[in-house]
Amino acid sequence: MSAYTKAQPGSHHEAHDEDRAHELPYATQVRANRLGLWLFFISEFFLFGALLITRFYLWNVPGVGQTRPELSQELGLITTSILLLSSFFVYRGETAMTFGDRKTFTQSYLLAALLGLLFFVGVVVMEWNLFGLTLNMFGIEWFGHLKPSDGVHGGVFYMMTGMHALHVISGVGLLLIAWNRGRKGMYSVERHWGVEGIALYWHYVDVVWIFFYPALYLIGKAV
Amino acid sequence: MRTLGIIINSAYVRGLIGQAIFTFAGIGLVGGIRSAMGLETNVEPGVVLGAILGVIGFLLFAGVLTDWLKWIAGKKTPLRHGVPEGKPGWSRYLNVDVNHKVIGIQYGYTSILVLLVGGIFALVFRLELAQPGIQLLDAKTYNTLFSAHGIVMIASILLGVGAMTNYLVPLMIGASDMAFPRLNAFSYWVGIPAVVLILSGMVVGGWDTGWVGYPPLSLRAPLGVVLFLMGFYLNGLSSIASSINLLVTVSFMRAKGMTPFRMPIFVWAAVATSLIQFTATQTVGVALTLNVMERVAGLTFFNPTNGGDPVLYQHLFWFYSHPVVYVFVLPGLGIISELLPVFSRKPLFGYKWIALSSLGIAFVGFLVWAHHMFTSGMNDALRIPFMMATMFVAIPTGVKFFSWVATMWEGKLSFETPMLFVLGAISVFLIGGVTGPILGTIPTDLHLHDSYWVVGHFHATMFGGFIFPFFAAIYYWFPKITGRMYKESLGKLHFWLMVPGFWIMSLGQMQIGLLGMRRRIVDYEAVLGVQGTQVLITIAALVIGWSVLIMVYNLVSSARSKEMAVTNPWGSRSPEWQIPYPVPEFNYDVPFEVVGDPYDYGLDGSEYVHTQAAPVPSGD
Ligand SMILES: [Cu+2]
Repeated sequence: MSAYTKAQPGSHHEAHDEDRAHELPYATQVRANRLGLWLFFISEFFLFGALLITRFYLWNVPGVGQTRPELSQELGLITTSILLLSSFFVYRGETAMTFGDRKTFTQSYLLAALLGLLFFVGVVVMEWNLFGLTLNMFGIEWFGHLKPSDGVHGGVFYMMTGMHALHVISGVGLLLIAWNRGRKGMYSVERHWGVEGIALYWHYVDVVWIFFYPALYLIGKAV
Repeated sequence: MRTLGIIINSAYVRGLIGQAIFTFAGIGLVGGIRSAMGLETNVEPGVVLGAILGVIGFLLFAGVLTDWLKWIAGKKTPLRHGVPEGKPGWSRYLNVDVNHKVIGIQYGYTSILVLLVGGIFALVFRLELAQPGIQLLDAKTYNTLFSAHGIVMIASILLGVGAMTNYLVPLMIGASDMAFPRLNAFSYWVGIPAVVLILSGMVVGGWDTGWVGYPPLSLRAPLGVVLFLMGFYLNGLSSIASSINLLVTVSFMRAKGMTPFRMPIFVWAAVATSLIQFTATQTVGVALTLNVMERVAGLTFFNPTNGGDPVLYQHLFWFYSHPVVYVFVLPGLGIISELLPVFSRKPLFGYKWIALSSLGIAFVGFLVWAHHMFTSGMNDALRIPFMMATMFVAIPTGVKFFSWVATMWEGKLSFETPMLFVLGAISVFLIGGVTGPILGTIPTDLHLHDSYWVVGHFHATMFGGFIFPFFAAIYYWFPKITGRMYKESLGKLHFWLMVPGFWIMSLGQMQIGLLGMRRRIVDYEAVLGVQGTQVLITIAALVIGWSVLIMVYNLVSSARSKEMAVTNPWGSRSPEWQIPYPVPEFNYDVPFEVVGDPYDYGLDGSEYVHTQAAPVPSGD
């Protein structure tokens, strides 16, 4: 603990012997982190909630009721399944870490990150059809046809999937950071807040999609 | 020379350089891609990306992200504390520092600087309004100035709220710092590029939407509106981060014995404020994002010609922007409740009621937003419930007023500058309060909507709820922060200039509003008969401006004086006043225990904080 001793001449605030003496104990810090993260989720609930409200407000056509754009149902179902599968691997990895099984943890997090990336590609490259491709195989439309300029349907769809994809891609980054730190042996059974926090975040992003998917793909009359 | 070196190498200068480099890189990148793809010339997508990158550039160059980046690279990063070796103490304030007291002071001086900028904007267009016809400003400049005045003042108020909560709350609850010191620094520093964006929006065409940015006007406004919307968004980001930090700090870092109902009352106000900030802010973030995307990326949300609905924007916008008014005033009302018992030498009347009324105001504040939209063409069925809900705000607010009066009743009042500002705040907030229901009532609002009555009303709430209490807090805690006493005579002069100045300005605004003067219009007809009052308002605004400059002079010159102030000049029971200047790096070298109620002034033998004899236990 005395490794951080340093003198601070001329300080307004009196120098202290041990820099870390006043940092929170790890257990308290983790409890604080946990609350902070949950507060962040509540905060983000208002972000995603506002987007959902936007969707139900703008896609409601007087006399018709709720509407939705014509989308490739199969593509939506596949991407959704991939995301849910990734959540399973994150759960598996986190559980492994609490039992000290580092190998299963790193494997699972890497796999989850790759699945997350696949979901991202499914939305941004295929559903958004970033490169303007067409492919019909097994009777499935693999590249979407809805354009951002297609009225409120295009606007809301791109905004909601885009905002969610932004969270997914940052989650992928976080998973990879945790994977990298795990590889270097920076987590232990007692101290692995990073693993836990990122798992929570990833599950949260999944839960958001569980609300977004029906709102975008299922509810309302396809027009 | 050395001083100059430290300033040039400060986080502010480095950050601004980073912002400039990254902004132009972003603009160039998008411009290059667009011309390579053969798209038509449109600078806006480049400006948006440039603005985003610019903020990242600012944070990178200033050093806000350094620890987190090291963490990503798998390095351990102990928090850096104290003054960097071989640098003078004041250099801490110009650089990224994680100590909550340093950050609190950074928030404070930035708030005052931004307040002066916003004030100058107001004075310029007040001069224009002193006479009918066009004298100084063309309509375009006028529109930009009043729009910028609004958002710059909001930025200033949010910074001022950050100053009070950051400096005071950890001290008051006996914490060593905030729960997330790096996030705390981030919250402050991200506000600087936000202000830069807003101000640069004025240069690149300005904007004419006011601070509300309603579409479809915002979709047609000049380029400046994009930078304004993005700067606004960043202010929100800062709010969310700092409010979560505060809530966690208050949850876990209170001193021994400090149960919720034994916390200093300001902490309750800060908690209620944070509850609003970390939730409602997201919806305005969505409103602003959709607005920018509609303009820049061609998505449709609000433009009716493409099937969008502009009323939706107003719902999303006011869901935040009504509650945010309580973000502005709740900390100020907390300051009033905090200071009154000290200067009345009597217990705070109805402590629990005051504490809960803050939460009550925060809660009811979520249910009233559409009272700003009675004339918007929204569903008629929504009007009455929102009118009713609006009236309910008066109940928890009334609780506060009655408690303040009861606290002063038969007290031994003394009238030093902080107390004067507290009393000024109560009187001004009262006039702001009673002029509100007239706007919350549908028939009168239909007449007064968008008139100067509204301007008078909310300036009274902002001055009574924030400006006066903020100044009271500055004078009150000045001896704690600097170890020096401000000059009482100049403080009193400030007060006696500002109070009549404010009353004339605010009542004058209400009067011309009743006579038919519209908001946000550069010119008016002489036949309205408002010119005399307009001149008075302009003079009053100038007086207010000068009085604030007197305060700045007072603070700066007093901070440099040789004479030290006594430890507890006000005879306060609050823990921060029990320790001498300077407050140690981690606040309380010897922890205290709470053994009584905070405001038992005048009760013989009562004790609030009890300092233990034992030394600090070191870490975990
Ligand atoms: Cu309101």
